[in-house]
Amino acid sequence: MAAWGISDQKIPQGRLALFSYVSVVVVVSLLVGFWKLQVVQSGHYADLAERNRIRYIPIIAPRGTMLDREGRVLVDSYPSFSILLLRDDPKALQKSLPQIEEGLAISKEDLHQQLEAARNEPKFQPIVIKPAATEADIAFVESHRADLPLLELMMVQRRRYPHGQMLANTIGYVGEVSPQEMEKNPDRYRPGDIVGKAGLERQYNDQIVGTDGMRRVVVNSVGKVIRTLDNVEAIPGKPIQLTIDEDLQQIAEADFANKEGALVAMDARTGEVLAMVSRPTFDPNDFAIRIPQPEWTTLNTDPQTPLLNRAIQAQLAPGSVFKVVMSTAMLESKAISPNYTAYCPGSAVFYGRVFHCDHAHGVVNLHKGIVASCDVFFYNVGKLLGIDRISYYARGLGLGQRTGIDLPSEQAGLVPSEEWSERVNHHKWYPGSTISVAIGQGAVMTTPVQLARMIVAVASGGTLIPPHLLKNAPELKSGSFPISDDTVQQVTDGMWGVVNEPDGTTSGLVKLQNVDFSGKTGTAQVEGFELQNKLGKKLKENGWFVGYAPRRNPEIVVAALVQAGGWGSTSAAPIVRDVVKAYYDKKAGHFLPPPSTAQNVALPGPARPLAPAAGVQRP
Amino acid sequence: MRERPQTQDFDWVLLGIVALISGMGLLEIYSATHASPMAGMHWKQLTWIGIGLAGMFLISRIDYHTLLDQAPALYVFGIACLVIVLVMGYSRLGARRWISLGGANLQVSELMKLIIILALARYFTEVHTERLTLADMVKVGILTLVPVGLILKQPDLGTAMVLVPVAVIGALLAGVEWKHLAVGVVLMALLLPFGWHMRHHLKPYQQQRIQTFLHPEEDQRGAGYQILQSEIAVGSGGFWGKGFGKGSQNQLGFVPVRYSDFILAALAEEQGFIGVCFVLLLYLGLILRLVDNAQKAKDKAGMFIVMGVTAILGFHVLVNASMVIGYMPVTGIPLPLMSYGGSATAFVFLALGLVMNVRMRRFVN
Repeated sequence: MAAWGISDQKIPQGRLALFSYVSVVVVVSLLVGFWKLQVVQSGHYADLAERNRIRYIPIIAPRGTMLDREGRVLVDSYPSFSILLLRDDPKALQKSLPQIEEGLAISKEDLHQQLEAARNEPKFQPIVIKPAATEADIAFVESHRADLPLLELMMVQRRRYPHGQMLANTIGYVGEVSPQEMEKNPDRYRPGDIVGKAGLERQYNDQIVGTDGMRRVVVNSVGKVIRTLDNVEAIPGKPIQLTIDEDLQQIAEADFANKEGALVAMDARTGEVLAMVSRPTFDPNDFAIRIPQPEWTTLNTDPQTPLLNRAIQAQLAPGSVFKVVMSTAMLESKAISPNYTAYCPGSAVFYGRVFHCDHAHGVVNLHKGIVASCDVFFYNVGKLLGIDRISYYARGLGLGQRTGIDLPSEQAGLVPSEEWSERVNHHKWYPGSTISVAIGQGAVMTTPVQLARMIVAVASGGTLIPPHLLKNAPELKSGSFPISDDTVQQVTDGMWGVVNEPDGTTSGLVKLQNVDFSGKTGTAQVEGFELQNKLGKKLKENGWFVGYAPRRNPEIVVAALVQAGGWGSTSAAPIVRDVVKAYYDKKAGHFLPPPSTAQNVALPGPARPLAPAAGVQRP
Repeated sequence: MRERPQTQDFDWVLLGIVALISGMGLLEIYSATHASPMAGMHWKQLTWIGIGLAGMFLISRIDYHTLLDQAPALYVFGIACLVIVLVMGYSRLGARRWISLGGANLQVSELMKLIIILALARYFTEVHTERLTLADMVKVGILTLVPVGLILKQPDLGTAMVLVPVAVIGALLAGVEWKHLAVGVVLMALLLPFGWHMRHHLKPYQQQRIQTFLHPEEDQRGAGYQILQSEIAVGSGGFWGKGFGKGSQNQLGFVPVRYSDFILAALAEEQGFIGVCFVLLLYLGLILRLVDNAQKAKDKAGMFIVMGVTAILGFHVLVNASMVIGYMPVTGIPLPLMSYGGSATAFVFLALGLVMNVRMRRFVN
């Protein structure tokens, strides 16, 4: 046997015993470690384990629908699926990308960009790679559950605007809640919540927004849902009924095809808005899905401002429509005799400057001044009244201030006065400027909805109706600016003449049978040189027509603005006539509704045209 | 006294403890995997235990003196195998650690554990003195560090580290001079963090291996994710545990490799502090029983073999349990007899075979 085999060497019993004691100490220390975690801090860790295990999935409540005055659907919501990409496992992710690109028809660049954008987000938070999944996309995800566990479907509620561009500027659009909005309402909004961003969607957001439900689910370590614990159902948002009449709206929209401008039609007794148009416009369906940044930039920076609601936001010279205010001021102020006449040779000189008229009208009294829209007559009236009298009546009739319509961002327009000149321009009012204001040019600026209300006020003896879009709106009070019966008589006779007398500015072109249709034309020069330069073209005059019927105590009023439309009588007046005619046709029961523009956008295709993935052949 | 060593002289108490631990392991492997695509793993583990028992029986029949006779040859053979693995081994999960042997993939480093026990036992027995000289220490160091280096290159930090305690415990028992011990402790203190540092900065693929092997999310969810998940599992288990098959951290996969390296975390979650006490006390019983066998060994050679086995098993338990509660970094050292793993389980039984071997022969003339 080898030398090492000697067995007489003593076993070091002491050291072995020491080893045993050390082992006991080590095991006891380990147990102390476990004790600390499992007994001392067990509550804390139990909490963390629950947070690991349970995930809260919001059940999105659909927003309330918007109906027209007869209950027809203008806006609704539909359930749709978004496709989520889980990013927990970067290796599997990289491997699956080509398959995902092909299966969901997402371009490589797009997907890469989305992943890049979410690079700093926590990896366990999935990203939405396709906000609006098509049926084919859903089928793809469902059939690849096993080999592509990175894809998940999430049900969302999406806004649908069946009529596309119709009433778009008034309805507005929805979008993801902004950080600022969240800061204001920290309890209400979570990131990614959809809120109204403009128009009625924003105005009545609180009414139509529902209460999201919540699903508590158990997830595994890669975020896959294992089972549902409980469900709190979503409470859908309440529907709202609008004062809009879809029939009148469609008539007006059709007339505005390829035109720029705005229209407001109101019930002249209540202020209910029956139709509201603004052009150019946009399709709010584009916002209901995720609007691609370039498109958003285009919409926002377009010099034609398609997102603006011109019916309440365009502040423009009213042109001759303002002569209604002038006439009222002349008669009510009693500063000038009601029988005052002026001679119109086709132009006149005031303060050393020549002011033109359309043509030589000869001797003109108030009636002829309104009917033929003689500028020289009103130049003289303006000079005799002075800016502050004009300003008083213009403001009294609701110009230069918001009408209080239930839409965000209404503009006030501007009625100049001596005080205004000193405050804003820091100089005294030039009397010469009054001459321009007298025919609705110069500093005076109005919105279409203001002009509609103004005309109604004059024709009804001073009732300032409250324009509004929500049917059954609570507690709406009319304003009052009493006008004497005599004045109403004379001015409305003039406006009746504009439409019905042979020398009226509309030349009898917009007469309506059996309807006491009246109104006032306007053709306003465009002052915005900057805009003209931007558009690179010389703008034609803006055409206005504000019409109403019947001639006293009207039922309906329609204000139309056709920008760069030239003469109000030929551009705007026919549109107003069409709407008023449709209103009476409906009333008489022989209205033929135009073909509906509603389209089925239930399962919209891709939000934008998608380039086929590079190098991939698809049938 | 008997004429020949007999199986009835096996340490049945020790085997009883081993059976209890293995049983706990099988239950927890079942609980951790039954609802996953890996279901059925406990049967595979049971098979390995069976193979291990057979191996234990076989190795106990060969007189350990004969084995020690062959120790130098075995050592050379083991080193050669390690080199072969490095050159042409079967690579899995970024580490060259396996060689294919008749269909089964064997982890050569596990074999090296057995060989180093025998090699060092022989060396320490041959020294013949109560005091190790510096030259002895250097030789022991070289004998140990050559395989350690080769295993590190695989890379397998865990198994490489496991060889060191065999030398340390052996040296302590053989008789270390206090000054050598002091120098050794200082060197260790300096080398360990350096090695850890190397792992992080000089060998990214090594780090990658551990990440990939344990859980792919580590880097994505931030450092310490695995440790945190393990701690959550342990802590949320509380005193009594959540119940068999009811640990959410375990069942939903939050605990990384819950059937292997982190099986103690899975057990702690489902069986609570009570279960952990039971298991750790079983391990303490195992260690104490092994030390008892060492104390009663017929000769020093037997004692060194038994204590080599004890050193390795004790080190495994200490490092693994510490890792699970976040006291030590993740190194990929499994819990012997409980963690799922063929080669590791086979090693434990073969090592216990050596212990039985020593024990049986104390009753023989």
